[in-house]
Amino acid sequence: MYFNPEIETMSRAELEALQIKRLKKSIDTALQTPFYQKTLGEKGITSASINSLDDLQKIPFTTKEDLRNNYPFGLVACDIKKVVRLHSSSGTTGNPTVICHTQHDIDQWANRVARCLYMVGVRDTDVFQNSSGYGMFTGGLGFQYGAERLGALTVPAAAGNTLRQIKFIRDFGTTTVHAIPSYATRLYEVMQEQGVDPRRDTKLKTLVIGAEPHTDEQRKRIEDLLGVKAYNSFGMSEMSGPGVAFECTYQNGLHIWEDCFIVEIINPDTLEPVPDGEIGELVLTTLDREAMPLLRYRSRDLTRFLPGECPCRRTHRRLDRIKGRSDDMFIVKGVNIFPMQVEKILMQFKELGTNYLITIETKNNNDEMSVEVELGDLFTDDFSKLQSLTREITRQLKDEILLTPKVKLVDKGSLPQTEGKAVRVRDLRNNK
Amino acid sequence: MNIKQLSVFLENKSGRLNEILDILGKAEIRIIAATVADTSEYGILRLITSNTQAAYTLLKENHVSANLSDVIAVSCDSLAGTFAEQLKCFSQENISIEYMYCFSVKDRAFLILRTNNNEKACEIAEKYKLHSVSEEELIQL
Repeated sequence: MYFNPEIETMSRAELEALQIKRLKKSIDTALQTPFYQKTLGEKGITSASINSLDDLQKIPFTTKEDLRNNYPFGLVACDIKKVVRLHSSSGTTGNPTVICHTQHDIDQWANRVARCLYMVGVRDTDVFQNSSGYGMFTGGLGFQYGAERLGALTVPAAAGNTLRQIKFIRDFGTTTVHAIPSYATRLYEVMQEQGVDPRRDTKLKTLVIGAEPHTDEQRKRIEDLLGVKAYNSFGMSEMSGPGVAFECTYQNGLHIWEDCFIVEIINPDTLEPVPDGEIGELVLTTLDREAMPLLRYRSRDLTRFLPGECPCRRTHRRLDRIKGRSDDMFIVKGVNIFPMQVEKILMQFKELGTNYLITIETKNNNDEMSVEVELGDLFTDDFSKLQSLTREITRQLKDEILLTPKVKLVDKGSLPQTEGKAVRVRDLRNNK
Repeated sequence: MNIKQLSVFLENKSGRLNEILDILGKAEIRIIAATVADTSEYGILRLITSNTQAAYTLLKENHVSANLSDVIAVSCDSLAGTFAEQLKCFSQENISIEYMYCFSVKDRAFLILRTNNNEKACEIAEKYKLHSVSEEELIQL
């Protein structure tokens, strides 16, 4: 049941010893770049400064801004001759971020993805169809190489053309599909239109979903619709791409591969580590990358460590599903809140539409939070039912975010919507 | 006799009521009776119209939160004491009235009632020989 049994079930002590050994190597490699020569040099840090994992705290953070400022090759630590591939972000907000890979980096990345897929039962007898975009997007080649490494028959269907996707699924006997969660639902809808019953007419059994934050409710829906098990996949292009963390068959959080990454969760304001189990920003240090080692890279993704051991006996710790971006986080009365928490609750009410707006303002020297949410179809003519709906939303929000917001039902279509991504939070406080 | 009533969610915002009435007006839908009930944040506009089903479809197309429900209508002479007379029989038969609104045309008064049991309310109206009004009759007014 393990792709790399010794690594996946290694004792914590051995794992940490391995991390220290590899961290030293990463620092040595990083010191080949002018950027790290400067940032580490200022603090007098070399691999000799690291004696325990606590010493990691001495190392300054690396940010997305640093990647942009060193575009394209400023953070390449090896001879450029050894670089065999690069992936780049779209760069819609300034310089794109570029990640370079040596053959070793590509191999290790493929191994990690293979390890993830093997963990959820994908084998060399399976047919793996990748409906992710190819090209610069790492979900394409990342899964392609990983599934091939595993020995699965890999179908690079790429994104879109749903009718063709369904034809492939049926003709090739696809058992496993990688898709973003919203596309998984789309696949089902088109199957419906075509009179295809996924349970009767396909061999689908596993879906790998990721690249888009989603709730557990969404996952269960995908599982029900397609008659599959759906597993949450987490990755980011700066950490090569997919294969950073992945759910096992217990579906109780995502094992993050600590032989390849040192994982920290910090408070994005104080930059101090949060107590175990609390939500904060994920910070990752690469341990096995030659071309572009990154030390204490701030991912901006919010998550937390899940406590306890996993029945699957893997020792690599588990992360909770991504709760949103630290850029989106706001603090009201000392409580850290992110829109995903509010969204998760609102989406459970079928009486409501999908658009909402959180407003925080100062009233009588107090922070007040209100949530406006669009009503769907009016489900009743009865005031008391509308009022009890408001009360129930308020109660559930309070359970989730630990303070009581003012909930207001508003007309359908009345909240601001921007192209693609809606504005969810308005902070009107005098001193934020 | 059940009559279709259109209920519309109204956010408390200047001009919103007008928008709704405009949509109906442009589609040549006549309003026979209307009432707005409100809380501090929102209201519900309740309407009897010349074509309530069409009005509902039209509002939905315009992304307005609306709902169709059943009410009953009775009429009586517009004289002192007739209201009490009409409503008394409902309370005698343990029917409670959730809300009502009324209007008069010349010397006739019309009561639109929402009760906790419309079916039983209709039977009572018959039993006490109240004058029940059908949707067609309302539209003819």
